[in-house]
Amino acid sequence: MPKMKKGNVLLRLLKYITSHFKMPLILIVIAIIISSVCHVYGQLFMQTLIDDYITPLIGTTNPNYQPLLMAIGLMSFVYLIGVIFTLVQTRLVVNVGQGVLKQIRMDMFQHMETLPIKYFDDNSHGDIMSYYINDTDALRDMISQTIPNGVSNGIIILFTFISMLTLNIYLTITIVIGVIGMLIVARSIGKRSSLYFRKRQKSVAEVNGYIEEMIDGQKVIKVFTHEEEAKKEFDRYNEELFENTKKANIYANMLMPVMGNIGYLLYVIIATCGGFIAIQTNSLSIGAIASFLLLTRSFTMHVNQLSQQYNSLALALAGAARIFGLLDERSESNEGTVTLVNVVKNRDGTLQETKDYTGTWAWKEKDSNQLTELKGDIRFENVDFAYTPEKTVLKNISLYAKPGQKIAFVGSTGAGKTTITNLINRFYDIKEGTILYDGIDVKKINKNDLRRSLGMVLQDVNLFTGTIMENLRYGRMDATDEECIAAAKLANADAFIEKLPQGYQTMITDNGENISQGQRQLLSIARCAVSNPPVMILDEATSSIDTRTEKEVQEGMDKLMEGRTVFVIAHRLSTVRNAKAIIVLENGTIIERGNHEDLIKQKGKYYQLYTGAFELE
Amino acid sequence: MIKKILKSVREYKTASILTPIFITMEVILEVLIPILMTKIIDDGINEGRMDVILIIGGILVVMSIFSLLFGWLSSRYGSIASSGFAKNLRHDMYYKIQDYSFSNIEKFSSSSLVTRLTTDVNNIQMMYQMLIRIAIRTPLMFLFSLFMVYTIHPTLALIFLIIAPILGFFLFWISNHAHPMFEKVFKTYDVLNNRVQENVRGIRVVKSYVQEATEIKKFDEISEKIYQYFMKAEKLVSLNTPVMRLCVYTSILLISYIGGHYVVQGSLTTGELTGVITYAAQILNSLMMLSMVYVTCIISIPSMERVVEVLDEVPDIQNPKKPLKEVADGSITFEQVDFGYVKDKLVLKDINLSIKSGEMIGIIGGIGSSKSTLVNLIPRLYDVSEGRILVGGKDVRDYDMETLRKEVAIVLQKNVLFSGTIRENLQWGNKEATKEELDQACEIACCTEFISKFPQGYDTYIDQGGTNVSGGQKQRLCIARALLKKPKIIILDDSTSAVDTRTDAIIRKAFRSYIPEVTKIIIAQRISSVEDCDRVLVLNNGKIDAFDTPKKLLKTNKIYREVYESQVKGSDQNA
Repeated sequence: MPKMKKGNVLLRLLKYITSHFKMPLILIVIAIIISSVCHVYGQLFMQTLIDDYITPLIGTTNPNYQPLLMAIGLMSFVYLIGVIFTLVQTRLVVNVGQGVLKQIRMDMFQHMETLPIKYFDDNSHGDIMSYYINDTDALRDMISQTIPNGVSNGIIILFTFISMLTLNIYLTITIVIGVIGMLIVARSIGKRSSLYFRKRQKSVAEVNGYIEEMIDGQKVIKVFTHEEEAKKEFDRYNEELFENTKKANIYANMLMPVMGNIGYLLYVIIATCGGFIAIQTNSLSIGAIASFLLLTRSFTMHVNQLSQQYNSLALALAGAARIFGLLDERSESNEGTVTLVNVVKNRDGTLQETKDYTGTWAWKEKDSNQLTELKGDIRFENVDFAYTPEKTVLKNISLYAKPGQKIAFVGSTGAGKTTITNLINRFYDIKEGTILYDGIDVKKINKNDLRRSLGMVLQDVNLFTGTIMENLRYGRMDATDEECIAAAKLANADAFIEKLPQGYQTMITDNGENISQGQRQLLSIARCAVSNPPVMILDEATSSIDTRTEKEVQEGMDKLMEGRTVFVIAHRLSTVRNAKAIIVLENGTIIERGNHEDLIKQKGKYYQLYTGAFELE
Repeated sequence: MIKKILKSVREYKTASILTPIFITMEVILEVLIPILMTKIIDDGINEGRMDVILIIGGILVVMSIFSLLFGWLSSRYGSIASSGFAKNLRHDMYYKIQDYSFSNIEKFSSSSLVTRLTTDVNNIQMMYQMLIRIAIRTPLMFLFSLFMVYTIHPTLALIFLIIAPILGFFLFWISNHAHPMFEKVFKTYDVLNNRVQENVRGIRVVKSYVQEATEIKKFDEISEKIYQYFMKAEKLVSLNTPVMRLCVYTSILLISYIGGHYVVQGSLTTGELTGVITYAAQILNSLMMLSMVYVTCIISIPSMERVVEVLDEVPDIQNPKKPLKEVADGSITFEQVDFGYVKDKLVLKDINLSIKSGEMIGIIGGIGSSKSTLVNLIPRLYDVSEGRILVGGKDVRDYDMETLRKEVAIVLQKNVLFSGTIRENLQWGNKEATKEELDQACEIACCTEFISKFPQGYDTYIDQGGTNVSGGQKQRLCIARALLKKPKIIILDDSTSAVDTRTDAIIRKAFRSYIPEVTKIIIAQRISSVEDCDRVLVLNNGKIDAFDTPKKLLKTNKIYREVYESQVKGSDQNA
């Protein structure tokens, strides 16, 4: 993540907020100013009230309370305005705060969806999740509390400062020096506290990680009667977390009393100096000193309050920096101009574009409007690929799959099987060579259309919260219920779905925790069938289905594969036997290719694998 | 419930008591200091007396030094008490969980236990710190300030006695109404997080079906919902500050007017009048803080309930009073065993069987035939509902659990390796295992070859969840780990499913030659994995369908023959 300076982050955040909520933000600032002015005015007014309206009455025989009542009436009016604007302020802050959060969440998610697969490879899921949880939370605190409090404290401090300056410049300088001292102390405490907060954060992550791992493997702990060791290890992490939490909290809680009491000391210093000046030199009226002291109190108190915001500001800025980091990640490019359109075939074999779903597709060049029927011919020509520049994963791969052919990839983990299939749909972009799809360079094809034409069934099935029907329809949003059910039948998923209490309306939660792994794979296959793609990629699609069920699924798969170009990756060699061509990969290069009989005759690696002399790892 | 939780305070009791004491002293000083601050003006500056200024100033300096000291001590002990309490709570829960049996764990589910140990404890820690610090501080502040006002002028105290309850009522009313709405917000947050997680995990599916737009729409809907709920709740809470100010201002105005009269009448000085006004803010502010404490407490009540549930759970398998510490041999007998995870729903019915020490037994059966359940009963991971199970001629419930589980090694279906080196993982089986013992276990489980291929050998680091070794390697390491216990019985619960058939066969052969005296039980999907066993148990719907040699089963048992034919025929074609 690019490092941003705190100032820049703050500026950018303010820009972000103003770009969405300019008017409310201006109103908030105005409301804060007015309510703070009312507040300060009220404080200053007290002295006037006593000096001008109460003291003169002392000793009078028939005191006239009329002026006092009038003054209080005026004060009530000022206070009322203050309260009204406070209401306006807090209410608008809610609008802006929540509005910004909503906007930032949606922007983050929208942007995240455009990021390349590589981003998700490189960043841990927990990390990505915390953008939406911790970082936005920190932001919420900042917008709803830190900023309003900061502004209002700042305004009060400014007013007080000006009032102090008008009274006496030397005392003001003394105060400023004192406050600078206060801030230095605050900073050093803040630094320590944030050091331990960072340490604490690390310990929290460690303890949570340990708890997660151990509780997850709790049954293994039981089986090995490893409880005592698990306890000992846990205590070690737990103790460290305690130490760091303790220290972090001590420093955080210390700030308030330390600052407050330094404020008192400052007060005493001013009282002594001021008293000395007033009494000895007469250059300062006694009333002025009294007012100055009142101002000193309010000044140090608000500086103290302002400094309390420092931690939450730092936290929020760190969060904002992370959020902007996410928003700054480069999106996947989609420069392709060839699009996919529904067509009907005329009697004479010519193609005609149509808006309705026909199941027949054609590639359409943007400029020429020329239609090329989508057949599913895929060719790799001298393809090189690397995830990172230093380490080439695939070297000089050339292969072809003619329309309707089934091509299988065999090889050990890390040989590059999955990588090859991820290049066809451009999850990753190749370094050298070309991949042609019906004779068109895949780079020229609009990515969305390219992916729509490729169905994928992966080993790790990902389902989404929603009904089974909704999950099936994921393959193609305009598919009817009947089409989805037909697809489920094709994949032999219908039988188990019908047995579920709510059938197709059964809710899938937590990535399908409520159904078995095998059933999830069946759903994934059915989902692919709904999308009816001309080219399919099956990456260990049947690995979790037990051999008895697999036979049934296989029938469905065979039906599904009919007339489509299919790339298969499978652990069980029996599932790839009938492929048109089997490609054996090792260390990113093709070492053997041919059909099953050819390869068996060659007595090479495939033969060894098949006869069990080698294990697929 | 609270009593139960407070038991975990233990050695932090002193700190927990010292905190409020220091806070009390801090509060007393905090109330006194403002009086002196006014006095310095009234008696010193206004009177032009330098000596008074110096004396009061001196007292003030001493007091603020003490106030600083007490502030530091209270924050120190408060932090120690609350984080120590949280530490003990986590410790108690974790230890308790170690005593849980399988069914206890299943009752809670792992993910829920994790939340209870992390988030819930954290909430309680926050609440505790708040309780011993702020919940003490604010009422004290309120009372002291009120008392000070009373000593200055009793009638003025009446104003607060009227305004404070009104404000208090209002603040609590807001908290009570806002709280359920916040709960709703947090629930919706869970939904939102779940959506994000699904997308992050399933990004390949989203992209390959080009569903980004749909996902964004779905996300926006939830985001909008959170926005709506949050707005509702916060709109209510946003009334807090204005109402608070209204009350403070009202009382200031009332005090000025009424107090003005008293000043004129001579029963109050102007200095005292400003003093009372300072207290006004303190009194009403403490109500605000109190309502915050209140909300924190309501929020943490569900957390406390969840923590107490963990602490109160009674482990349903416990060591017998006079445990047997030795297992005679590896013979196993089931006598009329019934078993159900929940009452009235038996998944194993009337199981009778006996296995001789050293036999190699295969178990097959379809999904839901309770194969795993049956073997889990042997090391007493669950207790039988009816009947009994004998190992080495004695009821499993009479053994010391550690002894039993050391002698009955089971490789679970859901294999877990822990983060750490291969050696550390293997040593789970035996802490003091020598290099030779490690080598031998790895040899039997066919691990030697791939371990030697790793540059660091036994010291290769295994990532959390064992993601950096293949499925087959993980399974074999788990077998080696179990072998290191040198058990009398070893059970493989579908533990070679990701291992190829050839290696699978080598492992079984090694079992026969290296550990002939150990009873071996193998659950498998593949018929080839049980073909060379002495006897094979065929389970169907929780009942024994047949238990005989593979050869005889092929002739007499329908299920066995079906599975055999579906698998072996397939490979015939392949050959």
